Amino acid sequence: MLRLDCPVCGLRDHDEFTYLEDGSITYPKLTNENQDDWFDAVYLRENPRGRHVEKWHHTFGCRTVLLVERDTLTHVIGKIKPAHPKIAAALKQPATAKKRS
Amino acid sequence: MSRYSAWQIVKQGLTGNKSWEPAWRDASPKSSYDVIIIGGGGHGLATAYYLAKNHGITNVAVIEKGWIGGGNAGRNTTIVRSNYFMEGNTEFYEHSLKLWENLSQELNYNVMFSQRGHLNLFFTPGQRDAMIRKYNIMRLNGIDGELLDRDQLMSKVPHLNYSQEARLPILGALYQGRAGTARHDAVNWGYARAASNLGVDIIQNCEVTGFISNGGQLVGVETSRGEIRAEKVGMAVAGSTSLLAHKAGLGRLPIESHKLQAFVSEPIKPFLDSVVVYGVGHGHFYISQSDKGGMVFGGNLDGYNSYAQKGNLPLYTDVASCAMNMMPALGRVKLLRQWAGIMDMSMDGSPFITKTDINGLYLNAGWCYGGFKATPASGWCFAHTIAHDAPHDVNKLLTLDRYKTGHMLDESGHGPYPKSH
Repeated sequence: MLRLDCPVCGLRDHDEFTYLEDGSITYPKLTNENQDDWFDAVYLRENPRGRHVEKWHHTFGCRTVLLVERDTLTHVIGKIKPAHPKIAAALKQPATAKKRS
Repeated sequence: MSRYSAWQIVKQGLTGNKSWEPAWRDASPKSSYDVIIIGGGGHGLATAYYLAKNHGITNVAVIEKGWIGGGNAGRNTTIVRSNYFMEGNTEFYEHSLKLWENLSQELNYNVMFSQRGHLNLFFTPGQRDAMIRKYNIMRLNGIDGELLDRDQLMSKVPHLNYSQEARLPILGALYQGRAGTARHDAVNWGYARAASNLGVDIIQNCEVTGFISNGGQLVGVETSRGEIRAEKVGMAVAGSTSLLAHKAGLGRLPIESHKLQAFVSEPIKPFLDSVVVYGVGHGHFYISQSDKGGMVFGGNLDGYNSYAQKGNLPLYTDVASCAMNMMPALGRVKLLRQWAGIMDMSMDGSPFITKTDINGLYLNAGWCYGGFKATPASGWCFAHTIAHDAPHDVNKLLTLDRYKTGHMLDESGHGPYPKSH
C-alpha cells in the first residue's frame, strides 16, 4: 500500500485515491491545430524509471486532484501539492491551511 | 545435440540419466554478429530461432541482462487465445495460435500446449451482443468461436456462481475451443534449445548500456560484457522498452510501464478444465488450473506507473474478491504465491513489431497483458521484419506511426489510454 499525504486530509492509503495520469504533460491550447503538438501530448510518454510526477484524484476524500512526486522503481513518495495552482495558493493562506489528520 | 524422444528417455533411464546434455549453450559474446537481439525472453528467443530457421541467418546473439525467461516470460498466466476482432490483431494472433498448435513438434520440446478452451463470460445483453459481433468477425476470418447459452455453460463448468441473486447473474459465454494454456518456462527453454542448436549464441548476464552508431546507421551495442557489433539490432524488452529507447535515441514512445500481478494457489485436485475469463465494469478476472493443480489467476493492473516487480495489497484483495464472486468454492483454497511483472502498456492496447527511424534498429514492444500468447508469431514476424528490412503482411499494421496517422488498433474502444489489454 502506498500512503499519500494529502494537503487537505492528511496521510491516507492510496486506495482512497484514483491514479489519473502522468502529471508532466502540458496539453496544447484548444485553439492549437498543430497535429504534432497534440500527438506529442496525447500519445508520447517519458515513462521514466525513477522520479515521476503524476496526478492522483482523492476520490474518497476531499476530491482534490494532486500532483504527486513518486519514484517508479522504489515507490518512495516525494512532494505532494494540489494540481490546481489556485487551490495550492489558497492552502498556503494561514486561514485555510488547517490540516486534519 | 541429440533429439528428445521416448527412446532417449528409456536409454537414459537405463544408464542412470548421466549423459543428458545441457539443453542450450551458455555462450560468451563474440565481437560481432549479423544480428543482435536484445532481450532473452520468449519473444527474443523465438526471434533468434526463426531468423536461423526461416531466414538462414544463424550468426545471431540473444543478449539478456539477467537469465533467460526471468522477466515477463516467466511471470505470466500462460493463456493462449486468438479472440481479436480488429484487422491487424485478428490475423496476427491467429497466426500465433497456428504456430502454437505445432510448436512442441517443431521445437522437439514439450511446451505442454493444452487446447482446453477459453470461456469469456457475459452478464448483460449489451455485453453479449458486443461479444457476438466480435466472435462473428473471428468466424468470418476462419477462427473458431461459439456462443454458449447459460445451460450449455452450466453443463461445461458447473461450479461457477450461477445464482440469480448474484450482483450480475451469468447469462452465458463465448467459447474458443482451440485456445488454452502452455507451460511458459518450457516455451523459453524450447526456443533457446532450438535456436542454440542452429548456432545462435545465448548470452546471459549481459546488460545493454548504450548503442553505437556511425553516420545515422546503428552498428552495435555497448554492454556490461564489452562492445558487440552488428548491423541489425532488434529490441524485444517489454517492460524496459522506454529505458532502452531513450538510450538508442528513439525518444519517447506511446508506452507506460505498469505492473500486473499474478497469483497461484496451492495444488488441488482437478477442478477446472478450461480457461474462464470475465470483464464487467471495473471487474476483470481470468483463471485456469495448471497441470500441477494450482489455480493460476489474475485481474487488473495495479494502476500506477511502476518498474518495481512487486504488487500491492488493494489489487490483491480486488482479485481475490473477483475470484470469490465467480467461484465461491475457492474460498478455502490457500494462496501459494503472488508476484508482479512490468508491462509495456501501449496507448491503444496493441503491440508494435516494426522498423524504427534509426537504420538498423528494430522494435518489438507494447505487448500490454497479451505477450505470452503472441510469443511464436511475435518472433516469426520480428525475424521476417529484421531479415527483409520490411514487415510481413501479418504484422504490417503493428507499426509505431499508427498513432500519428490515426490507425490505432484499439480493441476496447477506450481511446488513448495506457491501461487497455
